[in-house]
Amino acid sequence: MKTNDVILQTTTKVVFFIIFLFSIHIFFAGHYTPGGGFVGGLLTTGAIVLLLLAFDLKTVQKALPFNFTIMTAIGLLLALGTAAGAIFFNVPFFTHAFDYFTLPLFGETSLHTAIIFDAGVFLVVVGSAITIIQSIGGDS
Amino acid sequence: MTLEFVLLIFLPIVAALFIPLLFRKIKGIHTGWFVLAVPVVLFIYYTTFIKTTMDGGHALSELQWIPSLGISFVSYLDGLSILFSLLITGIGALVVLYSIFYLDKNKEKLGNFYVYLLLFMSAMLGVVQSDNVISLYLFWELTSISSFLLIGYWFTRDGSRFGALKSMMVTVFGGLMMLGGFILLGIMGGTFSIRELIAQSSTFVGHEFFTLALVLILLGAFTKSAQFPFYIWLPDAMEAPTPVSAYLHSATMVKAGLYLVARFTPIFAASEVWIWLVTGIGLLTLFWGSLFAVKQTDLKAILAFSTVSQLGLIMSLLGAGAITFHVDEALFSFAMFAAIFHLINHATFKGSLFMIAGIVDHETGTRDIRKLGGLMSIMPVSFTVAFIGSMSMAGLPPFNGFLSKEMFLQSMLAIRHFELFNFSTWGVVFPVVAWIASVFTFIYSFYFVFKTFAGKQKIGKLPRKPHEAPFGMLISPVILAMLVVTIFFIPNVVGKWLVKPAVMAIQPYQYSHPSEVGVHVSAWHGFDSPELWLTVGIVLIGGLLYLSLSKWQKFYGIQPDTLSLNALYDTTMMFSEKGMNRLSRIYMTGLIRTYLLYIFAFLSVTTIAMLFLQDAFAVDMSSFSKISAYGLINAVILLLAVAFVLLSKTRLGAIISLGAVGYSVALFFVIFKAPDLALTQLVIETVSVALFLLAFQHLPKLSDHGEKKSHKFVNAIIALGVGVTVTLVALSSHSQKLVQSISQYYKDTVETEAGGGNIVNVILVDYRGFDTLFEIAVLAIAGIGVLGMIKLRLARKESSDENK
Repeated sequence: MKTNDVILQTTTKVVFFIIFLFSIHIFFAGHYTPGGGFVGGLLTTGAIVLLLLAFDLKTVQKALPFNFTIMTAIGLLLALGTAAGAIFFNVPFFTHAFDYFTLPLFGETSLHTAIIFDAGVFLVVVGSAITIIQSIGGDS
Repeated sequence: MTLEFVLLIFLPIVAALFIPLLFRKIKGIHTGWFVLAVPVVLFIYYTTFIKTTMDGGHALSELQWIPSLGISFVSYLDGLSILFSLLITGIGALVVLYSIFYLDKNKEKLGNFYVYLLLFMSAMLGVVQSDNVISLYLFWELTSISSFLLIGYWFTRDGSRFGALKSMMVTVFGGLMMLGGFILLGIMGGTFSIRELIAQSSTFVGHEFFTLALVLILLGAFTKSAQFPFYIWLPDAMEAPTPVSAYLHSATMVKAGLYLVARFTPIFAASEVWIWLVTGIGLLTLFWGSLFAVKQTDLKAILAFSTVSQLGLIMSLLGAGAITFHVDEALFSFAMFAAIFHLINHATFKGSLFMIAGIVDHETGTRDIRKLGGLMSIMPVSFTVAFIGSMSMAGLPPFNGFLSKEMFLQSMLAIRHFELFNFSTWGVVFPVVAWIASVFTFIYSFYFVFKTFAGKQKIGKLPRKPHEAPFGMLISPVILAMLVVTIFFIPNVVGKWLVKPAVMAIQPYQYSHPSEVGVHVSAWHGFDSPELWLTVGIVLIGGLLYLSLSKWQKFYGIQPDTLSLNALYDTTMMFSEKGMNRLSRIYMTGLIRTYLLYIFAFLSVTTIAMLFLQDAFAVDMSSFSKISAYGLINAVILLLAVAFVLLSKTRLGAIISLGAVGYSVALFFVIFKAPDLALTQLVIETVSVALFLLAFQHLPKLSDHGEKKSHKFVNAIIALGVGVTVTLVALSSHSQKLVQSISQYYKDTVETEAGGGNIVNVILVDYRGFDTLFEIAVLAIAGIGVLGMIKLRLARKESSDENK
């Protein structure tokens, strides 16, 4: 008998975006309030896992056509690049820089190179977590 | 600094590099002819130094190797080392000449043989010329290795491999002990140079390392020189080709130990232990070797035991010679002279005897003395040489062995008059044992030569039809035999040129010029000298015993094979191998469970022992915070969850309890105000519980592993121990905070320096971003690892292939 998951799938479609937006929020707010790349990444992973539960592996792969292994690699490169970028400004490896800018729409905002590093963390967490879950799920 | 003749030590090694090339490219000429040039050139070169050493001088040449550690190659040529260098190159040349005719150029791997032989020659020259103990040790081990290669030359034979391994084990054991002694000497004297050590040797007596260094160095000398009880490797080394036996195991390598004892006599002669050990072990070896030589039936085995015995004789003389350090009497000055003199004599007659044994083996196809007999008329030249060698070995005139035997008896008789170190009470044993050993020496010398060459011919029993050896093979033994006779007639020339400078080098505390060694060798001492009558007794008793040999030789069969030193060696080797196997099988169970037990038991035992040994345990309640009600309730929940994990009968129950543990830990983070940790812990716990569920779904039902009750009990004890350990460490480290936390700095600068508000996150990405960088690397590796394990599955594929 084929089960009908219409309620689950519909709810998921809504909830996915809420979780995903929350994870983005947590990620960006990390520098000032609890959160950061790690938790943000894990929450995004959670959202994707929810998709995987409601739909099947193939559908999710079609909807999110990313190669998560490459995502992991990009994340690592991003983190390493941020840290190494400091060398070009003749300061020690891993020296971050920040300043306050007045941006349109956001007003006065601080921009910090640490966020790029954190983005790397985010990508690695999502990439490797999904890689693990996909490979285990795809196996059975 | 001259660099000329220290490099000559390496000449044989350099020549060895070209040997394989010559062996492959020039098929027509026996490779040995090229090799022959090396020892001949060296021999002629070293003879030019005799004049220097005769005047009591020495020559020195140094090549720095590791100057910062005080290690260098030094060629130090005084009377002793020039004597040995001449022996090595002289007998070396004769042996190479002999081997040219002994080894067939088409059937044997001559390239290997001569490479090993030249390697050995370099090593041996290095041993006797080195002034630096570390490079001496280097060359010493090189002799062990090249000897190992030479004994195992016919490596397809079991006996060769066994003999090679045995000699390697024994001599390397001694070599390592000797290295220990050298290092202790180096610590005591602050230098590795033997000359400098000798110069300050008077300060060593009474040093805490003195006796230890002495014993260790003697162990090295005794193993190399095949002294009791380490002689066991020498008879087994007779599996080597006969030129090797003649060269290494009679004339040169086995004398390295004697050289070592002689060289270090000025340092250790002050010690009673030295004199007792060297003289006593030497005499015991002399007695033992001569006793058992008569038992052997293999020609080379007789010679091997005879070598052991003769080395013991020289060793005991070296020990007796050290007495002169204590009493300056002419009575004892004979001993050292006799030792060096007999060393030369032994090299000549034993070298020739080995070569004759090789010839007999080569021409008749057997070395078994029971099959041989009556070869006198067939091999007259060989018989003559063997006769001269044996009579010299037996100590009869007119051969050089007679002279050194007389001096040996004279020295042993003199020991009775030595007053120190209890020698006056026990000294009388020495001449008695020496005399009995000489009787047996007489018997085996006759046994060797007459059982082989005299008596009835048993040509039918021999594998080959015997005939006289080719001319080339006879050259070397004849030269040696001629030396045996010549030395008898000109002993004082040899004494003046070679022996006295060597004696002076051994006893620098007594002589400053070779001519002061007041020993005059005379063949005739007159009727009133006791050693003459001792010799007469040896001849009479020995002759009688030899004639009745067939009646008492069977008594040797009484000693069972299981009670011999060889059996002891075999049992030790077998026991250490099997014992180690059994031991490792006991503790290496192959079960991770067992290894975890070891690790945890070790952890808790060492930590707790350390806590109490260092008196580091302390509990300071004052620094504890108040316990909140939330915390208490949460702790109870946590403990209950942990108990459920342990007691759960199903996997699902355990996983869920584990999840409960994780969430209550997250709650603790909330209570202790760590929101980032709480968030992460919650999400991670969720993901990992999901993964557990996913993975455990595929596993069979939880089983008992068939563990015994006692196992579980031990597990519980160890778990309890680890828990207590960690608790104690946590309590006492919390109670003894020695430095202020550095967290204040983070609080102060998080806004100004890092432009952030969340200290945790700023630490993670900014202050200590390095850690984070590698943590995400770990995560990535884990992800790729899971992907690899599941997608690739090489292991499973391979095992299924094997099943097919």
